Amino acid sequence: MAGVPSSKTTTRLKIKRSNPAAGGAESYSEFDVDTEAWTTVLDAILAAKNYGDHSVGVRYSCRQATCGSCGMMINGKPRLACFTKISELDGGTVTVEPMKNFPIVRDLVVGFDRLFRSHHRIKPYIISDEADIEEGVRENRQTPEELEKYIQFAGCIKCGLCNSACPTMATDSQFAGPQSLAQVYRYVADTRDKGKDERLKIIDDSHGIWRCHYAGSCSKVCPKGVDPAMGIQLLKGHMLGFR
Amino acid sequence: MTGDSNREGIRGMANPRRYGIERFAYILMRITGLGLLAYFVAHIYETSAILRGRAGWDEVLAMTQTVEGHIVLTLVIGMCVFHTVNGIRLMIVQGGIMTGKPGRADYPYTPRSQNARNKIAIYSAIVLAAVAMMYGLTVMFGEL
Ligand code: SF4
Repeated sequence: MAGVPSSKTTTRLKIKRSNPAAGGAESYSEFDVDTEAWTTVLDAILAAKNYGDHSVGVRYSCRQATCGSCGMMINGKPRLACFTKISELDGGTVTVEPMKNFPIVRDLVVGFDRLFRSHHRIKPYIISDEADIEEGVRENRQTPEELEKYIQFAGCIKCGLCNSACPTMATDSQFAGPQSLAQVYRYVADTRDKGKDERLKIIDDSHGIWRCHYAGSCSKVCPKGVDPAMGIQLLKGHMLGFR
Repeated sequence: MTGDSNREGIRGMANPRRYGIERFAYILMRITGLGLLAYFVAHIYETSAILRGRAGWDEVLAMTQTVEGHIVLTLVIGMCVFHTVNGIRLMIVQGGIMTGKPGRADYPYTPRSQNARNKIAIYSAIVLAAVAMMYGLTVMFGEL
């Protein structure tokens, strides 16, 4: 029986290391990792951590692009490490760095306080007196067409890649960010929700929706097809009275 | 851990190489906007020379009749055309038009907001700016 052809190769992995709380300098640790065609960047980082240096700091959980924990800069672009195969990347060296526009906790781990604060601020839940289902009362129904209007935005996993790619996030420390703005549209487009005016008031400020200039980078990097840039422009259309 | 650390800053914002033609157009829009603002200020200075009479006016006008002056004016033409055409695209898109229709996301998740109509509009703005610049160069250097 012929052997299964192997795509095994050795990849050089460069991991950016830093620990701001300890005041240490930034550096890169390099590892040579055996990889196959299907090896993800997260697999490679974990191999480096298991067999090279246990102290590498990395956050991950589901390994299937569902939890949104392993966002990082991979060869200069924000991506999910579990969703990026090494064989898809150009060049023999893979460089991983902590996600930009997020404060570093340690090595590849960044703080999500700002993203969660922005998300919480826009009231990410259905606002309606009829939202609670009581016994004997029929649930809030929607047609498939009504569902289509917001379902893609409901797929957001709060990974923060969009905020990391956004040019306004790069320069404005108070910008709401594409993640939370797209979530405003998710609720505004939901026929069950009655909180439109409340939410629009929250984002209609100097660091809110009008700071988006439609560079579209958020949508380019989103691993779930949320397309935040689309949601934000549709929202602007609502606010300007075009929609 | 400070709230601001690790932000990309202006260098990251102005890096045109990572996120395709849409990001390139965004940066070009900003640069041309600043360029036109600078031209606007210079233009006010230039036209205010009329207050010094004909001699003052001719003196300032002579500055635009040099090779350097023609190159600057050619750049202004390019900036003006790109900023106008791309600006019209942005006004339409930011009104929620031409952004694509929301729907269930399917792998490989190509963003519908980065659609062909937008790309064509961006390339058209660049081509029109280039054509206008070439026309401007022909007219101005033809006169030299
Ligand atoms: S919109 Fe996309 S990129 Fe942004 S947080 Fe949600 S899933 Fe991540």
